[in-house]
Amino acid sequence: MLRERAIELLLFGAAFVSVLTTVGIVYILVKESVVFFQHVPLADFFTDRQWTPLFDDAHFGIVVLLSGTLTSSAVALGVAIPLGTIIAIYLSEFAPFRLREAVKPVLEMLGGVPTIVYGYFALLFLTPLLQRFIPGLPGFNLLSAGIVMGIMIIPYVSSISEDAMRAVPMALREGSYAMGATRLQTALKVVVPAAFSGIASAYILGISRAVGETMILAVAAGMQPNLTFNPLEPAATITAFIVQVALGDLPHGSVGYQTIFAAGLTLMVLTLACNLAGHYLRKRFREAY
Amino acid sequence: MIRRQRYDVLFVAVGIAALAIGILTFLTLFVDMAVRGLPRLDLDFFTSFPSRRAANAGILSAWVGSTLVMVVTAIFAVPLGVASGVYLEEYAPKNWATDLIEINITNLAGVPSIVYGLLALGLFVYQFGLGQSILTAGLTLALLILPVVIVATREAIRSIPQTIREGSYAVGATRWQTVRHHILPYSSPGILTGVIIGMARAIGETAPIITIGALTFIAFLPPAPLKAEPPFVSFEWLWSPFTVMPIQMFNWTSRPEAAFQANAAAAGFVLVFMTLTMNALAIWLRYRLRRSIKW
Repeated sequence: MLRERAIELLLFGAAFVSVLTTVGIVYILVKESVVFFQHVPLADFFTDRQWTPLFDDAHFGIVVLLSGTLTSSAVALGVAIPLGTIIAIYLSEFAPFRLREAVKPVLEMLGGVPTIVYGYFALLFLTPLLQRFIPGLPGFNLLSAGIVMGIMIIPYVSSISEDAMRAVPMALREGSYAMGATRLQTALKVVVPAAFSGIASAYILGISRAVGETMILAVAAGMQPNLTFNPLEPAATITAFIVQVALGDLPHGSVGYQTIFAAGLTLMVLTLACNLAGHYLRKRFREAY
Repeated sequence: MIRRQRYDVLFVAVGIAALAIGILTFLTLFVDMAVRGLPRLDLDFFTSFPSRRAANAGILSAWVGSTLVMVVTAIFAVPLGVASGVYLEEYAPKNWATDLIEINITNLAGVPSIVYGLLALGLFVYQFGLGQSILTAGLTLALLILPVVIVATREAIRSIPQTIREGSYAVGATRWQTVRHHILPYSSPGILTGVIIGMARAIGETAPIITIGALTFIAFLPPAPLKAEPPFVSFEWLWSPFTVMPIQMFNWTSRPEAAFQANAAAAGFVLVFMTLTMNALAIWLRYRLRRSIKW
């Protein structure tokens, strides 16, 4: 019996590692950020319009990096939400069984490609292609990175949305068909509204992926801080900034070193808010039927 | 009537077009990389160190580094993940502690990978003094894929019918004996699927490894794990500086010279080939599983 108890304790210990990981993340981010905010007042962090942490005349306006993050995420969602939703509706309501079974693994693979490869694709394939249509487009830009990021996110959006739509009971569809509605009418006016909270959670989780994406932006959008909401310009995101600092040689404990933890904390807060909202919505649609 | 049905047909066309955009992008990416990279892919590419001259450069230190990091990742992530999954499905009481663990795992799955890099930089590299080593990288990626392994384990265990457990208890087996002799063997193909998908993700991760400060130019190999004299094995390699495939590709991609970009394409081709093979293997395993198991 003692052996059984010991094994249970051991297994509990393993499960507890995930709690420790979260504690570790919060501890490290907050610990280094606290030191950072002793140097840089919170008010400056949120209101300064320059981001030059490594210059002699240092400015720490996170708005600059946020603008890059938000602009690229907006482009990505502009691609992923329409395409992902259409694919989900098609696969859930129209596609024959065999096609669905064949296509889903392929879509999964789209999400499994390493992001550095997508970054390469954005920088060396899509940007030159876009430059033919948009003269004067710089070699680094948020547009190309955002589009590729959007394509990467399609599988996340489509698979969660599709799950939500397939959880809608058949009786609702049959009721609609009995009224003489077509498949498309049923899909758009019955299934999508019924699955709405699930679909919304797919969108929110998609936002969270876009905000946290790193390599595509570090490679294809440039690492120059730039306060802009124009996707045709190059700009650094929060994640790209962390990569840029990590690539250089910053002494442990310097303000520059602590800056990446403050940036990381901002990122963590953003994605955590998205994830919590997404999971809350997802739970709701699960309980509905 | 006819007009309304025409919209149905139209939507099917739109749906197929949307699917095609996704799949064609992937094909374009793959073909583009193959066209640019394949001329560079010969035996020398795998057996050469990175070099200032693009034509001589290879991925020897990168693939060796990736392999060693993956070994460390698997050693930590698989036992921890499977044990967590077994605990949550077979042991955990319904209380706040269990809820806490479950919420945690869901949230960890959504944490951006670069944040794991910051955790590793602050905790493993400086607090624990593990340095910018293979061990640090392996541990970081293990934490990163832990949620994937846990979720796969739980799903595999959940699909085992209750009657199996009841049969085992009826002949007097303890809880651990039931897990050891029934639950684990029956769920192992499902767990394996999850582990492969997790490893495929880990092998392509770049951001966390860059964040811990891995070097981008490594022209030596870590110390060999096997030795001629006793005790024959050595763990010095765990502490060695290293580089991995995605970092090597990042380094080449960010250079302006076309020759280095061809190297990047070649490295990318190898990387995509590896992750696709692993994903395909996982999908195939899952497919076989669904067909062969009839409880």
